[in-house]
Amino acid sequence: MASRVLPAFGSRRSLHIFERNYYAYRSQWLMFASGFFEPFFYLLAIGIGLNHLVGALPVGGRSVSYATFVAPGMLATSAMNGAVIDSIFNPFFRLKISHTYDAVLSTPLDVTDVALGEVWWALSRAALYAASFIVCMVLLGDATSPWVVLCWPGAVLTSLAFTCVGLAGCTYVRSWQDFDVVTLVTLPLFLFSGTFFPITLYPQWLGAIVSVSPLYQAAALLRGLATGQFDLLMLGRAGYLVALGLAGLWLAARRFRAILTP
Amino acid sequence: MTAQGGRDIVAEARGLVKRFGAFEAVRGVDFTIARGESFGFLGPNGAGKTSTMRMVSAVSQPSAGSLSIFGLDPRVHGPEIRGRIGVVPQDDSLELELSVRLNIEMYGRYFDLPRRVLRERTDELLDFARLTERADSKVDDLSGGMKRRLTIARALVNRPEMLILDEPTTGLDPQARHLLWERLYRLKREGVTLIITTHYMDEAEQLCDRLVVMDNGTIVAEGAPRELIEHHSSREVLELRFGTDAHAAMHDVLAPHAERVEVLPDRVLLYVEDGDDALRTVHAAGITPLSALVRRSSLEDVFLRLTGRTLVD
Amino acid sequence: MTAIEPRLGWARWRRSWWYHAVFYAQTWRGSVASSVLFPVFYLASLGVGVGHLVARHHGLVEGQTYLHYIAPSLLATTTFQLGESESLWPVLASVKWIRVYHAAAATPLEPHDILYGKLSWVVTRSLAIGVVYSAIIAAFGGVQSWWGLTLPLIGALITLAFAAPLTAYAAWVESDASFVMIYRFAFVPMFLFSATFYPISAYPGYLRPIVQLVPLYHGVALVRAAAFGQGSLLAQLAHVAVLGTLALAGIAWGRVTLRRRLVD
Ligand SMILES: Nc1ncnc2c1ncn2[C@@H]1O[C@H](COP(=O)(O)OP(=O)(O)OP(=O)(O)O)[C@@H](O)[C@H]1O
Ligand SMILES: [Mg+2]
Repeated sequence: MASRVLPAFGSRRSLHIFERNYYAYRSQWLMFASGFFEPFFYLLAIGIGLNHLVGALPVGGRSVSYATFVAPGMLATSAMNGAVIDSIFNPFFRLKISHTYDAVLSTPLDVTDVALGEVWWALSRAALYAASFIVCMVLLGDATSPWVVLCWPGAVLTSLAFTCVGLAGCTYVRSWQDFDVVTLVTLPLFLFSGTFFPITLYPQWLGAIVSVSPLYQAAALLRGLATGQFDLLMLGRAGYLVALGLAGLWLAARRFRAILTP
Repeated sequence: MTAQGGRDIVAEARGLVKRFGAFEAVRGVDFTIARGESFGFLGPNGAGKTSTMRMVSAVSQPSAGSLSIFGLDPRVHGPEIRGRIGVVPQDDSLELELSVRLNIEMYGRYFDLPRRVLRERTDELLDFARLTERADSKVDDLSGGMKRRLTIARALVNRPEMLILDEPTTGLDPQARHLLWERLYRLKREGVTLIITTHYMDEAEQLCDRLVVMDNGTIVAEGAPRELIEHHSSREVLELRFGTDAHAAMHDVLAPHAERVEVLPDRVLLYVEDGDDALRTVHAAGITPLSALVRRSSLEDVFLRLTGRTLVD
Repeated sequence: MTAIEPRLGWARWRRSWWYHAVFYAQTWRGSVASSVLFPVFYLASLGVGVGHLVARHHGLVEGQTYLHYIAPSLLATTTFQLGESESLWPVLASVKWIRVYHAAAATPLEPHDILYGKLSWVVTRSLAIGVVYSAIIAAFGGVQSWWGLTLPLIGALITLAFAAPLTAYAAWVESDASFVMIYRFAFVPMFLFSATFYPISAYPGYLRPIVQLVPLYHGVALVRAAAFGQGSLLAQLAHVAVLGTLALAGIAWGRVTLRRRLVD
């Protein structure tokens, strides 16, 4: 009955897009695996240099080392950056350069399957990267609570939000040069979303603006999970990410339809 | 499924329209295609053939009019319809980074075919496309004609009831073309419905039971190839060549000697009952062409008559 | 025709410079953002934001506020990134995919003219970024010595020290397979670990000599010394020597690989 209430969106066939991507990237596993290292290097650099310069910060009621403060934000950022690659760069290529989807759409799959399939792919990759990141956090001593395992679903949720918004965004990209705009969005998000310092340092009005940033919400959620300090606000943050994801997916499917089957 | 006059209708369009923004690419076309028939769409570039085919493949949505495929509405039953047809698009849109074999197998996966079945079928299809030796090459490394053959093989992976081919033989060498024709006859004998667009008139005459000529988004003629020729052209054609730039001036001079005269950039066509006869009267009138050729009327002439254009412009 | 061909080499590679300049004119918006705006973003986030935390906990870093401390290093990382990003993929594309260098080589330009034109164009951009960025950091007191006037020059040297060997390398390889690896295992660690965001004293003693092997470390040390007017002249000359050797070796290698690619 649910299918009568909700508009039909995607089907089991969307998994074939996942399969397609698996075949397409099989030969590039080394490049894939090397992606694990970038966030690890960031964590390491912060542990070596900044921990000592910045000292402890309060999270919730507790005081934690700077690396412990930053790590969840790095995890959220890594989920965002991964999502950008899997939802903007690669689908742009398939949508507008190689026309991969044109052939797919003459099979039983439709645009919602295509959009959803790309989401499955991005989420799987995000899950792998997040797992390895969390292991790094533990190894480098940046995790203080066993609840840190909850960061895993948290990071996947973050990836969901960014992937879906990214998929919608990729339909607006006209050429490779537009990717500068993407960095123009993601870099400030990375630098100013409370990743490196608490947003309480901002004047109140600026803090209010920053708290709209999905990366801030994701980082705050993951920080709560990583340190095992739960509050009701976290439900709101998760809800915000889910809502963003659904809105992005809806727009992405609409735009895909307009472009692929005009 | 609707039965009409005892025939099983697989595709039926009434007042079918396709708009891109304000531009109307297909302006209300009607056609009915029966099971097992092979049906052609001819027309100059931009006539709306591909736009029509994409609607019939349940990929793009009609802007107006009605369309039913296998008795189903493509707006509602898109996936089911697409599961039963095979499509050879005008542009190959292959997976350039994947191997030849994977291109077919992956495409088959989109139809939910089990891997075991696919392995077998892929071998068969590779053989059909004469690509067995290149099975493990990257598609990017194939020649244009090989890619085209692969696209055709790919379209057969789901054993379609209806095969839609948009200029299937463009880029194929003569041998590969005849091979494909042979394979298409075979499919037709097995009861597969074929829908074809082509710019090759011999191909249309060979393959199509029935065809429509499209121009500017409308259908300007419909019938079996022979019927169309009889109806729209004379029995024979006399082709005359004069020096460069002389052709335009010849129209009025030659007009008295034929039912109809067409001036093309490189030659003049005289539509007549008896070509040799006409040539004699032309000579008798003191007109001396550089070269002369008598041939039977073909679809090319029908086409010229109806659209004022040659097929490949 | 030959009579009007400029005989001087520099007049020829100036044309290659022009080609790059004209091409860039069509795409400048995005890269202006990335080359001037991005370091300023870093400065605001790390320098001001994290700097606030550092001041509270640690105080000055090597006698500087954290903002002043990292301001010059961001010039080093930006000019490094310019040199790196203009070299690998763009060069491989020019010699292999879109083959514009082949088109250029079909004119009187020699392969080394193309190389010099390309490198001088990247250096031109580096100088421009250096001037703008130095002015910005000078405005809030990040430049404390007349040596600061040399900052754009140092930036240009850093750019060239990376652009030259990487251009040579990109003209040498057959595919871009190694580029992502280089990016992930050389450029990212270099950006992070070249004592860019904290003093080299943060490393245990046995690691410091290893950090000193990293080319970007010398760039960072040099811009810092110039901005603050500290450090011995001899040490700075050593840093310049390291970067200069890289640049010259890269140019020599590039002459060989580009010629092999375009002519032989
Ligand atoms: N996505 C689109 N957006 C806007 N206009 C389109 C689109 N697709 C097709 N058209 C226009 O519709 C018209 C019909 O195009 P179509 O591709 O159907 O022609 P065709 O008969 O297949 O021609 P050809 O022989 O060149 O393949 C053309 O004028 C084309 O420019
Ligand atoms: Mg067409």
